[in-house]
Amino acid sequence: MKVHYKINEKDYSFEIHPGKVLLDVLRENGFTEVKGNCYMGTCGACTVIINGAPKTSCTVLAAQVNDAEIITIKGIGSVLKPHPLQEAFIKKGAVQCGYCTPGTILSAYALLQKNPNPTDEEIKRAIDGNLCRCTGYVQQIEAIKFAIKLLTEEK
Amino acid sequence: MENKVIGKDVNKIDALGLVTGEPVFTDDIKLPNMLHIKFLYSPHANAIIEDIDTSEAEKLPQVHLVLTYKNTPQVCHTTAGQGWPEPSPYDTCMFNKHVRYVGERVAAVAAETEEAAQEALKLIKVKYNVLPKVFDPEEALKDSAVKVHEEEYIQGVVDPKRNLVSHIEVKAGDVEKGFKEADVVVEHTFETQFAQHCPIETHATISYLDENGRIVIRTSTQVPYHVRRIVSQVLSVPLSKIRVIKPRIGGGFGSKQEIILEEVCAFVTLKTGKPARAVYTREEEFISSRTRHPMKITVKIGAKKDGKFTAIKMYALSNTGAYGTHGLTVASNTGSKTLPLYNKAPNVEFIADVVYTNLPVPGAYRGYGATQGYACLEQVVDMVAEKLNIDPITIRKINHIRKGETSPIFEALGEGREGVVQYIESESIDTLIDIGAKEIGFFEKWGKKIRNGSKVRGVGMSLHMQGSGIPKIDMGSSIIKLNEDGSVNVLYGGTDIGTGLDTVVAQIVGEVLGIKPDSVIVYPSDTDITPFDKGAYASSGTYISGGAVKAAAINLRDQILKVAREMFKELDSKDYILENGFVISPRSAKKVSLSEIAYDTLYVKKQKQLIGIGSFMSESSPPPFAAHFVEIEVDEETGIITPIKYVAAVDCGKVINPELTRGQIIGAIVNGIGYALSEEYKFGENGRMLNPNFFDYRIPSSRDVPEILPIIVETFDPTGPFGAKSVSEININGPIPAIGNALFDALGIRLNSSPYTPEKVLKAIRNKQ
Ligand code: FES
Ligand code: FES
Repeated sequence: MKVHYKINEKDYSFEIHPGKVLLDVLRENGFTEVKGNCYMGTCGACTVIINGAPKTSCTVLAAQVNDAEIITIKGIGSVLKPHPLQEAFIKKGAVQCGYCTPGTILSAYALLQKNPNPTDEEIKRAIDGNLCRCTGYVQQIEAIKFAIKLLTEEK
Repeated sequence: MENKVIGKDVNKIDALGLVTGEPVFTDDIKLPNMLHIKFLYSPHANAIIEDIDTSEAEKLPQVHLVLTYKNTPQVCHTTAGQGWPEPSPYDTCMFNKHVRYVGERVAAVAAETEEAAQEALKLIKVKYNVLPKVFDPEEALKDSAVKVHEEEYIQGVVDPKRNLVSHIEVKAGDVEKGFKEADVVVEHTFETQFAQHCPIETHATISYLDENGRIVIRTSTQVPYHVRRIVSQVLSVPLSKIRVIKPRIGGGFGSKQEIILEEVCAFVTLKTGKPARAVYTREEEFISSRTRHPMKITVKIGAKKDGKFTAIKMYALSNTGAYGTHGLTVASNTGSKTLPLYNKAPNVEFIADVVYTNLPVPGAYRGYGATQGYACLEQVVDMVAEKLNIDPITIRKINHIRKGETSPIFEALGEGREGVVQYIESESIDTLIDIGAKEIGFFEKWGKKIRNGSKVRGVGMSLHMQGSGIPKIDMGSSIIKLNEDGSVNVLYGGTDIGTGLDTVVAQIVGEVLGIKPDSVIVYPSDTDITPFDKGAYASSGTYISGGAVKAAAINLRDQILKVAREMFKELDSKDYILENGFVISPRSAKKVSLSEIAYDTLYVKKQKQLIGIGSFMSESSPPPFAAHFVEIEVDEETGIITPIKYVAAVDCGKVINPELTRGQIIGAIVNGIGYALSEEYKFGENGRMLNPNFFDYRIPSSRDVPEILPIIVETFDPTGPFGAKSVSEININGPIPAIGNALFDALGIRLNSSPYTPEKVLKAIRNKQ
């Protein structure tokens, strides 16, 4: 079957097998910035933003979200123009292996869209589903707080 | 002179690509005509494959190759990616006819799609002769026990008839005499569990033939050079025909110090001529990659009334599962990285047995045996203190090793062989203890059992050392070339697996050459291009690989100074300064930029490429030290232990990059908290892991993390680059003993195994009442 998405503000149509999950469809079509490994919705590495909400793309059937608007980490910033969240993660030592990072940043991004001034507890809850085995989370939380500062200054 | 780059928070040089999702990991590239490999696993803990019929699977149109023991090289080898000569036994083949644990691979299918490979697996028919099994290492040591390995061809196993892979015995003084002299003697046995590294990127390998028919292996590994050597050995292909490329790695923690997908991928590529890809699922990562060696450890300490130890005896029984990879060396570290810490005891004995069972295969895991050793040792130290009515801090201060001192264990026990004589260069331990104690408020809280409803608070501490690389074995090397703009390319074999080693390297080179780290372009490990390095293990990155790039940078600097001297027309360059990309002669105030020097040597005069080379091998392995303190709250009604605050005071020598160092400390602590409180393999009766996923195997998430405070006490190690020692492993050792000691402080109970699950806590409370 054919599906259509708007990914990072561009239109795409893919021919897919109806049983495929969104994670695989994205990766097979070159969106390798979306990581994966558990396929159970438990690690959060595959997080993307679908119609404004962060979702684990391994638990979403590609067919189910036909016509959705999808944001991957490449949709919020690039090597040439990183988003303040991305800058903050670099600055605060919140990136070790970086495998969990796109998913975690997207969860934080979705939080800040809704709530630009979250408490520590709200930050922790927002990235609770994004497992990181390297950092121990402390610097990630510091980075998100630093990004909030950068974003307020930007305004 | 003040450091310009060392000790500064330089941004991680690969972070921009990582935060923006550039295709940097192994599985982020896709090659045309790639075959996907999927594995079939043994459902039995011990069985001989009597027959395996792959004909139906082979008939599927998209299937290109089905591998079993029948059509793959039966080269007995070790999967441990260690140096040469290999200390682990040769006891496995790519596929074994005799399978020894649930999760051992039986066959592999290479097909055009993953789905087709998966389909084909279902068509493979295997006839097993199911044998009796043994799971318990004590059981396995008995004469009547099932023999896990009976084959004649295995090498490097002490006594296959007793399932005994290795036996270690190291003695100094006379422990029996020491116990007799003691006023109190305490003995305690503690058991640690199977656990998994859980790097968020699972094992992944891609292989293909280059235009000259050589095999290229792009793989998520900690040990590219050992991969090349072992694949060459297993496939009987000359080393020169193999190239191993290490992309960015999504975490390893030891699990990727193992050759488990590379040889299969390379074999498929060799047989079919096509690119091949094998990526473990999370479940496969649990059941078929590597785990931590579970151990049963008994520590006996004798002490005088004044707290001084008279003897320490440690016995470790290590379960190395179905294969002996890292078995000997991990068990060695259980003694060698713990016992020297209390060198005041004149009588010391360490004995270890490493035993085969029909359970999954442990390998290298951050902490590498020291974690298991400290889990028991640091609780027994508290038990001795309690008996003597001394506090946990004083007893450690009386007995710990000090600057200028040594321990007989250093010389007697290395990694799987004898060690080297070593003297401690750092007098930091008392400071670490004092700072940590103050920060947690140890003396204000200890013994107070502050209660809030059913919740009781407790504090506990533990003390640790580790090492930095394997002395007289581990080597790293580097080549650095100077470019026209004064930038340099650093080729080094070291393996950044997410720790930030490439950044540390850029800082070291930048410091030596007086240039900014962003003028240092670091090339990740590629066996065709970068020179040799033993890889990322044994806490050796900054120390050994960093030492190598420092040597190469000094070599290049000397050449630069020579050119500058000729340009300045001066007699010697002794006092020249390298600063901001310039060579300056303070005497004559003459100044030339590295860029001008490069232009001159490349294009104008005596044309040659300035290139520095260097290798580093260490005579010693300076230990970092760490004092851990934790405050916990334990709920007597639920048995749940909640860490409230965790303080780690750490001496890792000179800190090259404070933010990265903090990251290593916090990351290790959280990994250790998971190991202490929740992470464990649950096995069914047949030896199958029952919880191979993140629902049932709980690693900490952001909400499980207490307040964590790493405190760095800087010292200077004379053998390390700019005074640095290691920091990556040591801090995983604290959570089990520190939380265990805090639990005793809170409730007066001591558990004899990790993890400290609510069920165990409740049971212990009940037993006490
Ligand atoms: S791969 Fe989707 S949550 Fe883990
Ligand atoms: S940085 Fe490695 S998993 Fe998060």
